[in-house]
Amino acid sequence: MALRQDTICALATGQPPAAIATLRISGPSTSQIIEKRLSIKSLTPRRATLVDLRDAAGALIDSGLAIYMPGPNSYTGEDTLELSLHGGRMITELALQSIMAAGARLADPGEFTRRAFEAGKMDLTRAEAVADLIDAESEAQLGQALKQMDGALEDLYSRWRGQLTDCLALLEASIDFPDEEDAPDRVDGPVSDRLEALVADLNHALAEGNITERIRDGFKIAILGKPNAGKSTLLNQLSKRDAAIVTDIPGTTRDIVEVRLVMGGYLVWLSDTAGLRETTDRVEAEGVRRAEKAAAESDLRIWLYDARDSFDVAQVKPGDLIVANKSDLVARLDVSRETMVISAKDGEGVAQVEQAIVSRLKGMTQGLTAPMITRARHRQGIERARQHLDRAREHMAQGAGAEFTAEEVRLASRELGTLTGHVDPEMVLGAVFSSFCIGK
Amino acid sequence: MSTALDFDVIVVGGGHAGCEAASAAARMGARTALITHKIETIGEMSCNPAIGGLGKGHLVREIDALDGLMARVADQAGIQFRMLNRSKGPAVWGPRAQIDRKLYREAMQKEILNHDNLDVIADGVEDVLVKNGIVAGVIGESGSTYKSDAVVITTGTFLKGIIHRGAERIPAGRVGEKPAIGLAERLYALDLPIGRLKTGTPARLNGNTIDWDRLEMQPADDVPIPFSFANSQIHVPQIACGITYTNPEAHAIIAENINQSAVYSGAIAGRGPRYCPSIEDKIHRFADKTRHQIFLEPEGLEDDTVYPNGISTSLPRDVQDAFVRKIEGLENVEILEYGYAIEYDYVDPRALDFGLQVKVLPGLFLAGQINGTTGYEEAGAQGLVAGLNAVRFTRGEDNATFDRGEAYIGVLIDDLITRGVTEPYRMFTSRAEYRLSLRSDNADQRLTPRGIELGLVGPGRAEMFHVKHSELETGRTLMQTATLTPNEAQKRGWKVNQDGQRRSAWDYLAYPTISMTDIESAFPEIAALSGSIKAQLEIEAMYAGYIERQKEDVAALRREEALKLPADLDYAAVGGLTNEVRAKLEQIQPATLGQAGRIEGMTPGALTALLAFVRRRPDRKRVAND
Ligand SMILES: Cc1cc2nc3c(=O)[nH]c(=O)nc-3n(C[C@H](O)[C@H](O)[C@H](O)COP(=O)(O)OP(=O)(O)OC[C@H]3O[C@@H](n4cnc5c(N)ncnc54)[C@H](O)[C@@H]3O)c2cc1C
Ligand SMILES: Nc1nc2c(ncn2[C@@H]2O[C@H](COP(=O)(O)OP(=O)(O)OP(=O)(O)O)[C@@H](O)[C@H]2O)c(=O)[nH]1
Ligand SMILES: [Mg+2]
Repeated sequence: MALRQDTICALATGQPPAAIATLRISGPSTSQIIEKRLSIKSLTPRRATLVDLRDAAGALIDSGLAIYMPGPNSYTGEDTLELSLHGGRMITELALQSIMAAGARLADPGEFTRRAFEAGKMDLTRAEAVADLIDAESEAQLGQALKQMDGALEDLYSRWRGQLTDCLALLEASIDFPDEEDAPDRVDGPVSDRLEALVADLNHALAEGNITERIRDGFKIAILGKPNAGKSTLLNQLSKRDAAIVTDIPGTTRDIVEVRLVMGGYLVWLSDTAGLRETTDRVEAEGVRRAEKAAAESDLRIWLYDARDSFDVAQVKPGDLIVANKSDLVARLDVSRETMVISAKDGEGVAQVEQAIVSRLKGMTQGLTAPMITRARHRQGIERARQHLDRAREHMAQGAGAEFTAEEVRLASRELGTLTGHVDPEMVLGAVFSSFCIGK
Repeated sequence: MSTALDFDVIVVGGGHAGCEAASAAARMGARTALITHKIETIGEMSCNPAIGGLGKGHLVREIDALDGLMARVADQAGIQFRMLNRSKGPAVWGPRAQIDRKLYREAMQKEILNHDNLDVIADGVEDVLVKNGIVAGVIGESGSTYKSDAVVITTGTFLKGIIHRGAERIPAGRVGEKPAIGLAERLYALDLPIGRLKTGTPARLNGNTIDWDRLEMQPADDVPIPFSFANSQIHVPQIACGITYTNPEAHAIIAENINQSAVYSGAIAGRGPRYCPSIEDKIHRFADKTRHQIFLEPEGLEDDTVYPNGISTSLPRDVQDAFVRKIEGLENVEILEYGYAIEYDYVDPRALDFGLQVKVLPGLFLAGQINGTTGYEEAGAQGLVAGLNAVRFTRGEDNATFDRGEAYIGVLIDDLITRGVTEPYRMFTSRAEYRLSLRSDNADQRLTPRGIELGLVGPGRAEMFHVKHSELETGRTLMQTATLTPNEAQKRGWKVNQDGQRRSAWDYLAYPTISMTDIESAFPEIAALSGSIKAQLEIEAMYAGYIERQKEDVAALRREEALKLPADLDYAAVGGLTNEVRAKLEQIQPATLGQAGRIEGMTPGALTALLAFVRRRPDRKRVAND
């Protein structure tokens, strides 16, 4: 039994009803499906053609535009057909049924991209970017995903690996050609300089990565303060929905109430927390513990207090926002310049709080050019590579044999290689022979 | 003459691959014949008279661990033993020796001519007999038919070999009146993929005409370390080699005449090794270098011939004379034989399986330079693998293979049959990803047990191994059970954490500041171990952390190697493979997913597709049967 890779199909556009629905078909049976179901049997590649789509019995389902892209010059590398029909529920349902009956099955989520990856059309980071592109809700996410799709990460990681390959070439030449006058005998200087520079780059990426990962996953913002300060009221205002319970009983909120929203082009996760105070109530105490944890893990904290109370600045970290609430209840208020004054209940000043948040986020993302890390997977790989390089430098500092340094550099290179999915020992020998005149 | 002689295994060619192949087959108890042109040239070193070096020395130790010949023979012929890379760790030490060619030849011939189960026959082989699609023997140019169940061909550069020197062209690899064209034609008729390579050799100099007094000399090591685990010392007298350099004057002569070099005149199509360029290449490609180093290596104790290592060339004779005499110490030198380049066909080793058997002709094995490698050690290692598997083939057994995690031999074979070659293939330590574990000092510990199991290792060697192995085990146990408190350690002046934790001698030895001598002074029972055992333990402690990690990596490698790809796999049915990748898979027919991953140009995506396809095969079958 010859097992052929099967042909997949799926609705590529959003849920019907919609003006237009595009169906995508990819796999070896594509031309056969065209043959069986479309009114025009031989489509000119990459040209939009008006066709009729029929069901198995020959009845017309709809007319629409077909674009045929034969492999390997298609997204998946396979023969592909894109069919744009009227986006009615019934039409799309019938169309999919007709295509499946002609020799396709419904694609699994992400299967088109997986096939593209398998066909060598993209590396892992680009494949990840495709997913990010589709999931993007904010402008910042989109911008970042586009750059990644364009190879920003692949290029960067490949460049780092190229630098490691250069180091390995020096190290391996000193190991494998020890008697050669032309091979560098003292490689420590150049190698340690390069490693130092690369480690600095990795550390920089890890630091910036905190932000780029946030752009992709959303910034964490917590509203903190004493019970009854109006935290839940503020959360509801900012998110424009009635997400958290508001009462005049201090200690109302216990669990973290988290809402996901887009602010000024950024995805954020805004958390309302339990009011911070000493308490003997076990449930409330747990709420306070969670609030403190959220405070520690957040990228930005909004400290809210009742304008009639005093505020203790001890807990505030640089960059946090301080907001005095319930301005409607006080006649005049003396506050420091950076403290904002609002009435959450009336919505007074809430827009300024939002502006302040956005400007803080802008500050954090300022100076970012291309993303360097957008997922935990990238961070872990880079962190591990950095650890190996730290050890390599330790070996050099202690005067250990070059084989120890080379081993750590090789492991570091492998970690970076797994990010894009490339590892190749021949690369090192290639670099050795192109740089040095070696050979007796 | 029409005598029909019957053997289990016939080895054709008495070079370095042939000798190891014949010996390996004979050691396993197979009735073996070694058929070669001339008995007198058995064990001849055709080029640089040296054995070992980086990576190569590892191969020699591994051949020895499997009871092969090369190390023992080299120990009887080495005239300048040097352990390369002493300034680095023992994992990358490279045992190397300059060889007395005559002593080597004699010692090798003595081994081969007195070998149990081995007949040596002087004949040129003209053809391979094939019966029912399986090899059945060979036919000699003498007219004799030699029958066997397997044939190992180790004929070096005899496939369309042509020597180039300036405008001179000399067909090489043919001997006597009748060239062994038949054998070559048989191989070409199999339609195996064939490639063309080249290599070169320098002129040979008359040592009496070299002004040695003006040259820098490089002595042998004070205490030569033998190649073979069976030898504890070297009895051959040791000599020094000279070192000199090319200079701008010599370079100018070469540059002026570069168009007369066979290589540069475009006469040679074959690819040469990047790591062993001719002097023309060096000057052309690295024009900014004002000098290149030359080692002047005597070819024997009683031989005045000197091998100038570093100036291989295919320039015409007069140009060779002219440029060589510009070199310091060589002003009045007499050239005994002129350098040349040789171009030859090789069989793309991707046509072979892990046993070095030709995939399309069962029973035919190829080993040595014919597979695109260069070097005696690479040839010997392949010979051993081919001899071993030729015997297993005659017994209906599967290939016995060594993987990349256990031996440089495994790295060599896997590289050849998986990646093929684009230049003459030579071993380097950087090819071995588990280099810190695959050391020359532990080749016996890694491989001798396998050798015993496979029947390659004789009783004497096995006994020796068992004694050393149990001494090592005793040593390891001692190192683990002998302990000191940090307090006691501090009293000895060792700098350790005062955490109250009692530690073993092994743990202490892992500290870079604590040496074996320190350990010995603290533990008399360890001091009592033999020197070689202590040295081995010290090396193990030094790499302990890395060896553990590499064990995990090797385990991962073996998991991938365990994912077998069926030989009849229809790669066209695996979706998502580019044409290029698919063509390579079809050509190489990797035996495992691990091997597939090492094919050149393999993308991670293609590998994922392959894995997914193989994984879902059984499921799909079940569905299909519903
Ligand atoms: C010019 C040159 C320079 C080299 N330089 C170096 C170097 O610097 N360093 C290095 O390590 N290696 C070098 N090599 C490579 C090294 O010599 C070879 O790789 C190694 O000797 C190959 O061993 P082998 O057993 O495959 O073949 P060989 O050692 O060549 O043995 C082949 C044997 O087969 C016999 N034979 C051939 N045809 C037949 C037949 N039809 N019937 C019977 N017998 C036959 C031959 O007589 C010969 O005995 C060089 C090789 C050449 C040719
Ligand atoms: N007058 C006035 N009342 C407000 C304002 N903001 C909130 N309140 C009231 O203050 C009380 C507490 O508000 P919440 O938002 O529940 O306060 P909280 O900080 O979430 O309290 P806990 O969940 O108990 O920690 C409610 O009765 C609100 O209506 C405001 O700006 N002005
Ligand atoms: Mg609340």
